[in-house]
Amino acid sequence: MNPLFNYTLKLADDTLIFGQRLGELCGQGPYLEEDIALTNIALDYLGQSNNFYKYAAQLQDLGKTEDDLAFLRLEIEYLNCQLSEIPNGDYANTILKVYLFSVYQKILYAELMKSSDEQLSGIAEKSLKEVKYHYTHTSTWIKMFAGGTEESKSRVKNAVENLWEYTGGMFAETPGEEDLAKLDIVPNGKEIQELWTRTIAEDFQNFGIEIPESDFMQKGSRTGYHTEYFGFILCELQFMQKTYPNCAW
Amino acid sequence: MQNLLEILSQIPDPEIPVINIVELGIVREAKMVSENEVEIIITPTYSACPAMFNIEEDIIKLFKEKGIHAKVISRIAPIWTTDWITDEAREKLRVYGITPPEKGNHEDHLNVPKKCPRCGSQNTKQISRFGSTLCKASYQCNDCLEPFDYFKCH
Repeated sequence: MNPLFNYTLKLADDTLIFGQRLGELCGQGPYLEEDIALTNIALDYLGQSNNFYKYAAQLQDLGKTEDDLAFLRLEIEYLNCQLSEIPNGDYANTILKVYLFSVYQKILYAELMKSSDEQLSGIAEKSLKEVKYHYTHTSTWIKMFAGGTEESKSRVKNAVENLWEYTGGMFAETPGEEDLAKLDIVPNGKEIQELWTRTIAEDFQNFGIEIPESDFMQKGSRTGYHTEYFGFILCELQFMQKTYPNCAW
Repeated sequence: MQNLLEILSQIPDPEIPVINIVELGIVREAKMVSENEVEIIITPTYSACPAMFNIEEDIIKLFKEKGIHAKVISRIAPIWTTDWITDEAREKLRVYGITPPEKGNHEDHLNVPKKCPRCGSQNTKQISRFGSTLCKASYQCNDCLEPFDYFKCH
């Protein structure tokens, strides 16, 4: 398959699944304003995924739409990172997950903006403004949790321990990605990872949170291998299209 | 033929009906491509702005009434910014009860005090960085106590 299609698809799948997960909290947030914040962020993700899917469908050139790509693929065809699939958990876990992803997106989009591919650079520039806002929101919370009560401190510590082994998967590359990077069509994945690691180290120091010592990372992200939770997400996501094929608003 | 932008100015933003799509800055180009066909280029405010679908339908419907086929193209770059909102539209927002965005200051706008659109006091507080639509944040005035929306600088 076309390397640029794969790459675009991974960006689309990440944001779709992150959006779907956060959307579960609609009407369930810890209080009204935060409920609205989480669903606003989820909506930004869905908008970004829609733009990436549209472009992926165009690259694929098989007459498919963004909806076909979002709703009608098999589990092994989704290239999202496993971090996006992890259940929301408690509030510290939910916010930390979005924070870790926001740092990644902030660095990625700032680099992708320089792409020679006009579609990707346009979507990246547009999305960057949105993810900077997510970063401000989530990092403010993490700082508050880490400097708060014994309860909030232990919750954020547990969240770090729970999520850390999934962070490496964000940087897993799709087939042909390295070649695209050599042509300056997409950013160099290793450099994105280095920048992410450095930013997290600085932020964690500022928050007063320890980075886990273990460097064990879960494998399989972006290869079609998913966590046990993913099938349930797809089940809910694809239910309408599978039950009523081609149904539309 | 009436000026195309004048025609498009009749279409209100679906979420903030006091301002129209031209003064909001989302109509980027409008041109006649033949005697009975126009091409309109629009740009989304946010990646997920749900109003874009309605706006496209509204444009097509409005020109259809005039016997003209409208082709609407959505283009992302150059990306939309609140700097494209006209001064008249900013004043309309304020009268409607929404504090308009500052000009230019994109990164640091949360740290700039917001003026209450009702009583004009600068003594206000942020309730939430997010609001009822993607483009707004929630505030409250400490003097007149009214809650209000702030159109985020973007």
